[in-house]
Amino acid sequence: MEELKKKVKQALEEGKIHGFLGLKADEGEVSPFFVTKDNIAELEKLTAPDGRYSIGKILSHIAVRNPGKVIGVMVRGCDERAIIELTKASQLGTASITQFGVACTPQTAEKCNCPQPYPSQIDFGEKAPGVVPNELLAKVEQMSVEDRLAFWMSQFDKCIKCYGCRNICPVCYCKECTLEDQNLVPGGIVPPATPVFHFIKAMHMADRCIDCGLCEATCPMNIPLRTIYRHMRKAMQELFDYVPGKAATDKSPLGVLEEGGRLIH
Amino acid sequence: MDYKTVLTVCPYCGCGCGMYLEVMDGKVIGTLPSMNHPISEGSLCIKGWNAHEPVHSQKRLTKPFMRKDGKLTEASWDEAIDKVAGELTRIRDQYGPNSLAVLTSAKCTNEENYLLMKLTRAVLGTNNIDHCARL
Repeated sequence: MEELKKKVKQALEEGKIHGFLGLKADEGEVSPFFVTKDNIAELEKLTAPDGRYSIGKILSHIAVRNPGKVIGVMVRGCDERAIIELTKASQLGTASITQFGVACTPQTAEKCNCPQPYPSQIDFGEKAPGVVPNELLAKVEQMSVEDRLAFWMSQFDKCIKCYGCRNICPVCYCKECTLEDQNLVPGGIVPPATPVFHFIKAMHMADRCIDCGLCEATCPMNIPLRTIYRHMRKAMQELFDYVPGKAATDKSPLGVLEEGGRLIH
Repeated sequence: MDYKTVLTVCPYCGCGCGMYLEVMDGKVIGTLPSMNHPISEGSLCIKGWNAHEPVHSQKRLTKPFMRKDGKLTEASWDEAIDKVAGELTRIRDQYGPNSLAVLTSAKCTNEENYLLMKLTRAVLGTNNIDHCARL
């Protein structure tokens, strides 16, 4: 970690980056923090802890308010995938991003049930093997349609409509959200008056979900949301050979119109 | 180019969920759940998630208002406090301390609730004090 701190400090001092977004351990809690030349001493608190945040989302908030700047960011595997999707969707404005890669420990990877717990470039930590996704998806897929519907309805019945899954999602960025549309999801009713509430989000996230699992981690009612998104990811891969978060040059098949056999992006 | 997170406790109910207020260039722009908080373990309800919204709201009352001739009129703090203290004293003296009651709030801090308890029991002289979170 000392190496990484030194590297970031040097980049800030030499003006290669104007600011740095990372995680710190402070006051007994883990939180995101932002360092510029003005508070460079804060870098001492930089850490790669168990706790995770929606770094991609915070980065996009900082980036759009600071056009043209170079922003350094500490990324795990999931953060890098989110940044790839945000780049594709032009959510980082004109800021350029310099990534400092951190590989997660096997313990963190296990806790997050993460199939790829490392970014493409590693500045700190050792590459831990990916964890085989839990079995709930396979179990649900084996159910009959009726049982599957009953299973999901019993899960969605728990929803208190906190919108936490949307708020924490690093690749949810719409200014106007369908889930707040009074015609589709009437307000003031819990659980959501529209049982497909979570499926609406899943459909919207089909070509964006990067399988970070933050939605499930923040859900106060422990709804196995990630299973829905993993199902969507699987369908996208099977139908279109498309994996969100893989490469910034990949184009979403949902943004493609086919005209006379030609593909138009 | 300034972004920081400020650790705080959700002001809405007695659960005490841990959260961070996101402050960008001096303005509160968002709320984040504290992901490893011992109480809330990274979750918030819809109230907590939106706890930052009233902070810079144009609709927020920043001055006391008093009803004068049936109309709400802007008043000074001294005038408002004098009126409240005067009326509380008048009612207590005229009808006895038990004609008064105080309802406190989970949105207050522990210390504020303690002070209200002291004010009710020691100054007003009644045990009529309760809390909005007695559900």
